Amino acid sequence: MSSVRVLVGTRKGAFVLTSDAKRKHWDISGPHFAGWEIYHVKGSPVDPNRLYASQSTGWFGQLIQRSNDGGKSWEPVGNKFAYDGIPGTHQWYDGTPHPWEFKRVWHLEPSLADPDTVYAGAEDAALFRSIDGGQTWVELSGLRGHGSGPSWQPGAGGMCLHTIILDPSHPDRMFIAISAAGAFRTDDAGKTWKPINRGLRSEHIPNPTAEVGHCVHHIAMHRSRPDVLFMQKHWDVMRSDNAGDSWQEVSGNLPTDFGFAIDVHAHEPETIFVVPIKSDSEHYPPDGKLRVYRSTAGGNEWEALTKGLPQRDCYVNVLRDAMATDALDSCGVYFGTTGGQVYASADAGDNWTPIVRDLPAVLSVEVQTLP
Amino acid sequence: MITVVLPSHLRTLAHVSGDVQLEVGGQATQRSILDALEARYPMLRGTIRDQVTQERRPFLRFFACEEDVTHEPPDAPLPDAVASGAEPFFILGAIAGG
Repeated sequence: MSSVRVLVGTRKGAFVLTSDAKRKHWDISGPHFAGWEIYHVKGSPVDPNRLYASQSTGWFGQLIQRSNDGGKSWEPVGNKFAYDGIPGTHQWYDGTPHPWEFKRVWHLEPSLADPDTVYAGAEDAALFRSIDGGQTWVELSGLRGHGSGPSWQPGAGGMCLHTIILDPSHPDRMFIAISAAGAFRTDDAGKTWKPINRGLRSEHIPNPTAEVGHCVHHIAMHRSRPDVLFMQKHWDVMRSDNAGDSWQEVSGNLPTDFGFAIDVHAHEPETIFVVPIKSDSEHYPPDGKLRVYRSTAGGNEWEALTKGLPQRDCYVNVLRDAMATDALDSCGVYFGTTGGQVYASADAGDNWTPIVRDLPAVLSVEVQTLP
Repeated sequence: MITVVLPSHLRTLAHVSGDVQLEVGGQATQRSILDALEARYPMLRGTIRDQVTQERRPFLRFFACEEDVTHEPPDAPLPDAVASGAEPFFILGAIAGG
C-alpha cells in the first residue's frame, strides 16, 4: 500500500511526517538537528530513502546531512562550498559592489537519475553540484559568471538561489531562480545560462522590464509538460509556455498577486495552487484569512480554498519552498506556515486539516509518495 | 593531552558528551588545536572556521585561562596550563539569537 512522507524544514530543526495513503493519521519524528535552521530537505526520486538536508546557523555555518534510510538516521557530508575562481562582486542593497560571500544553502535538488548527484542553490547566489552523494561540491560557475552577475542584487531575504528545476525530458536543461536577479535556464548541463525574464514587469526596479533584476519568488513545473512553467513573482503570478522564453501574467482575480509558494497538481498540469500574501512588508494573508487559491485553467481564474483553514485572525506566512503535492490518485497538497502548522489536503485542496500545528516556523515542505 | 570545551551544538554534532581530549603535535596554538580537533572529528570542519577562508566564525570566541584569546594570532602559543591540559581551551558561542 502506498504511503506518504512529508519532509519539513523549520527554523529549529527538521521533522519527518508519515502516513498511509489515507492521509488521516500521521506519525511525526523529530526534531532532527534540533536548534539548527533547516532550509530544505528533499529526497532522491530514484532512491526515496536517500535524503539530503541543508542545516545551518549563524554560529556554526553550513552543514549538509544525508540519510540513506528515509530520515531515520543521518550523517554529515561535505560542507565546503567554494566559489570557482575569484568570486568578484555583485551589487549590495545600496548599489555598491559587494564581494560574493557564501552564507547558506537554500535548496537541494537531487538528480532525476542518480541518487549521488545533487544540486545546491546557495546564498550568495550560486549553483553547486555534487556527484558523490554530497561529499564534495563544485560550483557550476557559468551561472554566476553570466555577464549580468555584477548587477545582481539581494532581495530582502538575501541574494539566494532558491529554485532548481530539472527537466525530465531534456537531461541537460535546468531552470533556476534567484532573488532578486530573476530566472535563468541552461541547455548544456550548466555550462552556459541565459536569463529567461522576458515578459516580467517589476515596477520597483529602475527598468521594469530589465533582462535581470526581478524578484522571482518561486517556479513550478509539471513533469509531463516541462516547457510550461508557473512563477510566483514578488508581485504577479506568471506563466510561460515556452520554457521561460517569454512569460505572461495570470494573476487574474487573486485578492493579491504577491506571495511566495506556487505548485502544480500531480495529475492535472493546468491545476495550480498559490497562497496570496499581503504585500509588501506585512507578509501575512489578506484580512487575516488563510486561503489557498486554485486555478484549474492554468491561471487567470482562481477559486479560494478555505475549508479547514483559519478564516479569521491568521497572520502567518507561507514561504517559497513550503508547498508540495503528493502523487496519490487523489492529489494531496501540503503547505507549512511560519506559525508552525503544516496543513494537508487529501483532495486537491477542497478540504484541509493541520497534520501538525505547533512546530517552529516552517521554511520548507517536500513530499515523497512511496510505493 | 589538551582539553577542549565545545559548545553544546558541536558536542551533539561530534557525538561527544563532555569535554574533548586531544593529542596536539607541536606547540599548542589555536590553529594546532583546531587542526587536531577537525582531524579527529571531521564533521566539525567548517563549523568553527570557514572552510575556504579558515577565518573564525564571527559568533564564536576562544578563551584560555580566563583570558579572551580570540583575537590573538592563530599561531601564537597558548598558555602552558592549556598545553599541559591543566586548563581547557574554551570555544564559546555568542549568547544571542532566538
